[in-house]
Amino acid sequence: MDTCIEKIKETAGRLLEEEKVEAFIGFAEGTIPMAVNPVSIKTKEDVSKLVFNSFCGLNLANYLPKLKGRIGIVAKGCDSRNIVTHIIENQIARENLVIIGVPCSGMVDKRKITSCFDGEITSFFEEGDSITVTSSEKSETFKKEEFLKANCRLCMHRNPVVYDELACDLIEEQACDNPFEDVEKIEALDREEKHALFQDLTKNCIRCYACRNACPLCYCPTCFVDESSPQWVGKGQDKTDIDTFHFLRAFHCAGRCTDCGACVEACPMNIDVRMFTRKLIKDSYEMFGWEAGLDLQTRPPLDTYKPEDPDDFIK
Amino acid sequence: MKIIKIDKQEWEQGIDKAREKYQLFGPQKDQDAYHMKSLEKDQMPDMGYCDTILSPKSILFPQTEKMMTADLDESLDDHHILKEVETSKNPRAVLGIKPYDAKAVELVKLNFDTREYRDPYWCDAYEATTFIGLAVNNPGVCDFSTSAGSGPFAEDGLDMLLVDVEDAYLGKILTPRGEEFALAAGFSTEAGADAKATIESMKKDAEAAIASEVFTDNLEDKTILDLYDAPFWDDIAFSCINCGTCTFVCPTCWCFDIQDEIKRKKSVRLRNWDSCMSPLFTLHGSGHNPRGEKVQRVRQRFMHKLKYFLDKYDRGIMCVGCGRCVKQCPVNIDIREVCNSMNSYEKQT
Repeated sequence: MDTCIEKIKETAGRLLEEEKVEAFIGFAEGTIPMAVNPVSIKTKEDVSKLVFNSFCGLNLANYLPKLKGRIGIVAKGCDSRNIVTHIIENQIARENLVIIGVPCSGMVDKRKITSCFDGEITSFFEEGDSITVTSSEKSETFKKEEFLKANCRLCMHRNPVVYDELACDLIEEQACDNPFEDVEKIEALDREEKHALFQDLTKNCIRCYACRNACPLCYCPTCFVDESSPQWVGKGQDKTDIDTFHFLRAFHCAGRCTDCGACVEACPMNIDVRMFTRKLIKDSYEMFGWEAGLDLQTRPPLDTYKPEDPDDFIK
Repeated sequence: MKIIKIDKQEWEQGIDKAREKYQLFGPQKDQDAYHMKSLEKDQMPDMGYCDTILSPKSILFPQTEKMMTADLDESLDDHHILKEVETSKNPRAVLGIKPYDAKAVELVKLNFDTREYRDPYWCDAYEATTFIGLAVNNPGVCDFSTSAGSGPFAEDGLDMLLVDVEDAYLGKILTPRGEEFALAAGFSTEAGADAKATIESMKKDAEAAIASEVFTDNLEDKTILDLYDAPFWDDIAFSCINCGTCTFVCPTCWCFDIQDEIKRKKSVRLRNWDSCMSPLFTLHGSGHNPRGEKVQRVRQRFMHKLKYFLDKYDRGIMCVGCGRCVKQCPVNIDIREVCNSMNSYEKQT
């Protein structure tokens, strides 16, 4: 990943200079350790602002709907799958995009790193497979692999699925015997235990909607929780209303979620928002053999009807 | 001004004593992060905390607060008549509040307690609350409180300021309420003659440790429309995902929405935190939205905090430099950079 940034900068500069794109979307250096800031670069001079590191856990496909003109964009495996989803959902046109694919060895879980330190993190330095983090009290070097975000550990599409240029060579995909161990654990719980688990999961939710707004799938002009006429759900801190938001949002993502983890990345309250969508990913896979965003030609299972679709739920 | 010394060995005992008179709030750890919470009988405030994710504003201004209730059962004489909710006016004390958060309470007060209006819910809670601050010996990387009208040892809005001196706290009693709290907790040992100098020297060190700052000196002289039309808003707003994180974690954001909810034959009027980042915040009944675009909402948040507030109250900016929005913003929009861009902006003619 260290070398790919030079290729990203070079490509972005060339695309802008040759007027192949009007804007280039990528990540810029953050103002605090372990943070990055998504940017839209318009001039060749600004290309130097671009960075790519292990904290680029947000999904840039989120910025594409509503943009006009030809756009260049940096895309990790998951971003590229959400670009595919945008294209098949008619949010953007393939011909308006120049995609710089970045084969991705996974993003780092900031919170896991933070939890290893008592004091505040003051700097980080990344080189190859290791990350050196310094806090007000100590400095430690970690193997990046041990601090990957939970979704990156299970990712089987690290290479972009659609791209015009690559920022580095394609990498080997991870093998994973059972990617749904986490979901099976929850499935094995009884009703009360499941209820308690999800009650606990959202107990700190402040309804800032960062999870929804960081999600490329959530582009509805008005989200159901923001409707006021009719008002589908209460707007306060009543637990039923909070849970209604999370469950309904998750269902809207069924067969579309790429498990990019942007929702978890964005949540200020450290809620593992993926717990809502993981089961739907498993169901989509088991019932329809479907993984979202891999293919521009096939319509998603919830868009189509096939006689052999599972119908066990019809009693 | 009196300074007392509280030996850490007598701290917990004192807190338990204070509990008899006050409902106590303090920092608590939950899932690797700190929250300012009401303390249960067996809980002690975790005074070693760095910072809480949310500011303590919810102690006076809950995210959802019941304001009034009504009965909808038409067989009752007073059906459909809204009635005020009984709120507790019992004394409460917030332990370990950071000086910048106490200063924020003073700024929020400007909105809830004005010459024309007194918000009974907020004001009653405020009047019942004693603020026991904890000076910040080791300011965090996002702390810019010294340039935002506060500081690691600032006293605005506090009734007592505790300074952690390893085996003890030095308690600077700032108001009669602070005195009352010390009395209730049984903290009465006067600190030695050198306490004042110790605090002063620690204050200097802590202030010097703050590495980041905002410049606000030119904001007053800028015209609103020049800043409003400045070219940088599009770039600042690009990455914004329009969530409410910055406004919800902010100690000085005070906007709210009022909602009526009905369950069977009971109606309740609620006040919820609202956020200028949400399009619904400004959606008119006609369907028109004066801040329908993201860039307008992002601009509004910064213009309110850094210009409109300053012009209206002449009390500095509506930001105390806690750095929570900088830390928690999912896309790292940094108010320090925005403030400095506004402060140094010169209109091109």
